[in-house]
This record gives sequence, C-alpha cells and structure tokens, in this order.
Amino acid sequence: MRAHWTHQVMRRATIACVVLLAIVVVAVLAPVFSPYDPIAQPDIIGLKNLAPSLSHPFGTDSYSRDVLSRCIYGARISLSVAALATTIAITLGTLYGAIAGYVGGITDTIMMRIVDAALAIPRVLLLIAILALWNGLPLWLLVVVLGGTGWFGLSRMVRAQVLSLRELDFVTAARAVGASGPRILLRHILPNVVPTIIVAATLGIGHVIILEAGLSYLGLGVQPPAASWGSIIQDGADQLGSAWWISLFPGLLIVTTAIACNSLGDALRSALDPRESSVAMAELDS
Amino acid sequence: MASASSIAGTIASRLAQAVVVVAIVTTIVFVLIHLAPGDPFTSAMDNPNVTEAVRARWRAMYGLDQPLWIQYVRYLANVARGNFGWSFSMHRPVLNVLKDALPNTLLLTGTALVLGFAGGIGIAVIQATRPGSVVDRALGAGSMFFYAMPDFWLALMMMMIFAYWFPLFPVAGSVDPVMHEFMSPMGGLLDRLRHLVLPAVTLALLSGAAVARYQRAELLRVLPDDYVRTARAKGVGESRVMLVHVLRNALLPIVSLLGLSLPVLFTGAVFVERVFAWPGMGWTILNAVGTRDYPLVTAGVIVAAATVTLGSLAADLLYAVVDPRIRGH
Repeated sequence: MRAHWTHQVMRRATIACVVLLAIVVVAVLAPVFSPYDPIAQPDIIGLKNLAPSLSHPFGTDSYSRDVLSRCIYGARISLSVAALATTIAITLGTLYGAIAGYVGGITDTIMMRIVDAALAIPRVLLLIAILALWNGLPLWLLVVVLGGTGWFGLSRMVRAQVLSLRELDFVTAARAVGASGPRILLRHILPNVVPTIIVAATLGIGHVIILEAGLSYLGLGVQPPAASWGSIIQDGADQLGSAWWISLFPGLLIVTTAIACNSLGDALRSALDPRESSVAMAELDS
Repeated sequence: MASASSIAGTIASRLAQAVVVVAIVTTIVFVLIHLAPGDPFTSAMDNPNVTEAVRARWRAMYGLDQPLWIQYVRYLANVARGNFGWSFSMHRPVLNVLKDALPNTLLLTGTALVLGFAGGIGIAVIQATRPGSVVDRALGAGSMFFYAMPDFWLALMMMMIFAYWFPLFPVAGSVDPVMHEFMSPMGGLLDRLRHLVLPAVTLALLSGAAVARYQRAELLRVLPDDYVRTARAKGVGESRVMLVHVLRNALLPIVSLLGLSLPVLFTGAVFVERVFAWPGMGWTILNAVGTRDYPLVTAGVIVAAATVTLGSLAADLLYAVVDPRIRGH
C-alpha cells in the first residue's frame, strides 16, 4: 500500500511523536526525573497543600506529597494500562471482525447483532457495572476489562473491510491455488486491514487514558496507594477552591497525551487512507 | 404511496432490531450479575445472627434457588414489564427512582446537544469559509483541545473557574437546596437555569468540539463539487453558497453523527452529573454503585442502553427522511 505523506501531515505526526516519546521517556525513567518520592509524606501539617513554587513546581497535596513526582510516576500507570488494554482490544476486535466477515452468513449476522448490542451500552456504564459488581479489581484485571470492552467498534470496521476484500481477485486466486481458509485470512486478507488497525490503536490509546482517568476519578479504577493521572485529579477534586493545582496539572498531562495520540492517529489515517470516512472513524470512539 | 410504506417498513424493521438489541443488553447484564461473586444475601445481609436456613428461605422467596434458565426467563419478563425490582438504598421501586432521574438527564443532554451541535456547525462553517486561515487554525486547535479532554476534568475546571474563582454560578445541584421552595414560579425557573448553565455548557463544549471537527471535514469535502461551482458561476453570493448549497449537503453526516454521539453524550453526562451533583441517571447510578445497590445499577445500565438505542433509531429515521437515497434500504 502507498502512503500519502503531505508536508503538513508529516510535520504534525513528527510533533506528536516527539511529545509522546518525551512523555514515555520521562515515565520509564521516573526515578531519574522525579524530584521527590511520590508516596513519601514528609510533613503532613507543615508541607500540606503548598501552592506551586520552585521547590514544588506542581505544588503538594493534602498528604504533603509532591504532585509533580506523583504525576511522573502516575504516567507509568496511565500509559501502561492504556497500552496493554489497547493491545487486548485490537487483538480481539481484529479476530472477531475478521472471522465474522470471512465466514459470513448466519454466523456473521449473529456475531454482528451481539456487537450492535454491546455498542448500544455506553462503555463507561458497562465498565461501571462490571467494576461495581467485582469490587476493587487488581490492576491486571482492570486492564483486561478495559481491553475486553473496547473492541466492538473496531470489529465492525474490520468485518466490513474483510467482507469486501474476500470478493477480490487475489483472494479467489489464493483459493484456486488451494490455500486453506485460515491461511487466506491471515496471509492474504488481514495484511490489507493493517492500516485500519494501526490508526485504531493510536486513537485507542488516547481514548483509554481518558477512560481510565475517569474510572479512577470515580474510585473504580486504579486502587490507592498506586496512582494514575486520574486518581491524582480525584485527590484534588474536593479542594478545587483552595488547592486547585492538585487537579489542574495531571489533567493537562492527560490532555497533552490525548492530543498527541489523536494527531498521530489522524495523520496516520490521512497518510494511509485519505478516503477514510470521518464518521466511520467516529465509531471507534465508542 | 410507495415511499411512505417503505418508511413504515424501515421503522418496523429497525424497531424490531432495537428490541433485539435491548434483549441482548439485558442478557449481558443478567450474565454479569450471575458471574459476580455472591448474591444479595451473602453480601447485603451478612449477619452472623441470620442462620443459613433463614438465608435459604429468603433465596427461595426471591426465586434464587431456581435453575438459572428459569431465573433468566423471569428476569427478561420482569424487565419487559418495566419491573426492575427494589432499590435497597432508596427504599422504593427502582422504576420510580429512574423515573425521577431520567427527565433531569434528558434536560441536561438535550440542552447540551442543541448547544453543541449549533455551536459546532457554526464553528465549522466559519472554518470552512477560509480554510488554512489564522481563524481556521485557531478554532481547529480549540476544538482539538476540547476533543481530547476528559469529561470530568473539564467539569472540574469549569467549576473551579466559574463557581470558585469567579462565583457566577452555583457549585452543584439542580436547584438551590434551601431557597428554591420559597421562590416565585419565575424565580424558581431562573434558579433551575442558573444551575443548568455549567453542566450543560461543559457537555456542549465536549460534543461541540467533536461536531466541529467532523463537520469541517465534510464541508471541505463538498466544496470542490460541481454544483458548488455552478452556484458560484450563476452569481450566487459566497455566504449563500456556503449556507444553502454546501451546508445542506454536508449536514447528512451530522445526522448520523447525531446517532453516534448519543452514547458519548450519555457517558459525558455520567461524569458531569457526578461533578455537579446533577440528580440524573449518571448521578443515580454512581450513588447506587457507592451503596452497592445492584438492582439500581443494572436497571440504570439497561435503561440507559435502551435510551441510546431509541435515540440512534430516531437518528436513522431522520436520516431516511433527509436523504431520499437511503429509503430503499
């Protein structure tokens, strides 16, 4: 497949990549970059709720912890949860959609009705129901649940593409040569779906970061003392009037990361497939 | 009339699909409840003074000793009749709790939908009139900023700025908790509106950003079309070309975006209602999560899904009305 990299798209993708790379590097090297221990409570009375200053650029929270250090360590959890959950979602969505589209017939109809129903449930509500019924899930299960509820939109798109791809001549040719069903699907059809998958993965990571932040804000996501960006915002949510810095800075980090992911996804999409309908991509959001 | 009967056929088949979707949602919720550890009598009434024999009798009373498929059929039948059981935390039928909450959510999301779509389309028109200009870029950066924002964080920031730093609007709630009862009808309405502003504007900013992004792309796609050139060649003014010729044809994807944006809007409402203590569906469901009121949580999810399904059904039908090409399908 031929990529269409215009100058403007290229520049936007580069900026997004640099921003993402910087955030990932800081997260990986968190002990090097963070000025304080993120869970140390040096003086819960004297150093509590300090406004941003040179020694505490993001201020301190109500337990006297340094908010900047918490944000740097929080990046580790926010980013890795999002990356892993998206990997799970992409794998499930691709397999499900490819099988439905390739097998076709009544199997396809049933599989897609199930996806329709799943798409009708607002994802956050489904997650709230699951996380409420299974109280206080460990982090790895939270990742599984986030990934397991994020593949419906992608599966629909993959199915639609497989459906049209399997009618093309090169698939007929492969079948005529005697290639088996799974082989045709894996070797001949799926490689053509890769651009869609890459775009969905990039957009998905930004989406899951926001989603996990929301769940952690509700107290259903990452459980303390571990903290993601969302749980740091939650720490400051009750003192917006007095200690605004606790909620402001982690939120700005989320927005920055999400903008970088969205721009990269948009740039990749317009480079890989300029005719992709914008509304079809909106389905990936749910 | 052929087209009228085909529309009726479309409505009937889409309604049937919607019923199937809600049935599957109910099934998913039923499966979730039964996969979850324990039942109402292990957790909610965990008291050493209650013997196992008494618990067994309670389970029998509530039909929890029956085979799973019988429980499932009963659950479906009850949901179909609108019987969602008893809310432990509110001490009243779940249906009544939801009946009180749904209008508040519809008011909030409805206001946000109108504001967001009107604002988003307006911004997109301004952008598409001069693509690549400074105005276009600034508005594009703005919509990208709000598009990437967590709903609850924007709500918190709006509260911080417009309720704490500049106390222009009330911090939370849908009415003044003390004074509302004593206000005149006009004053009471104003009180409600004042409380509606921050949550509705928050949601409208979030959905308006998405609308502006998609609508701008659609407008730019239609602009190079032949009929636009024809209109210009006829001597039609530039603003009339934009508003009458281009916008009308570029509105079609917006109608389908309307259906797609409903789940997003509902989701946003969950967080915005939480932050501003707006007593709608999301606020109710989250409170029910806090008090482990499972009948209310699950019923809330089913009702929300049904509302979203009906909303997208309405959007699809609207699409069929707006675009004659779609009616056959």
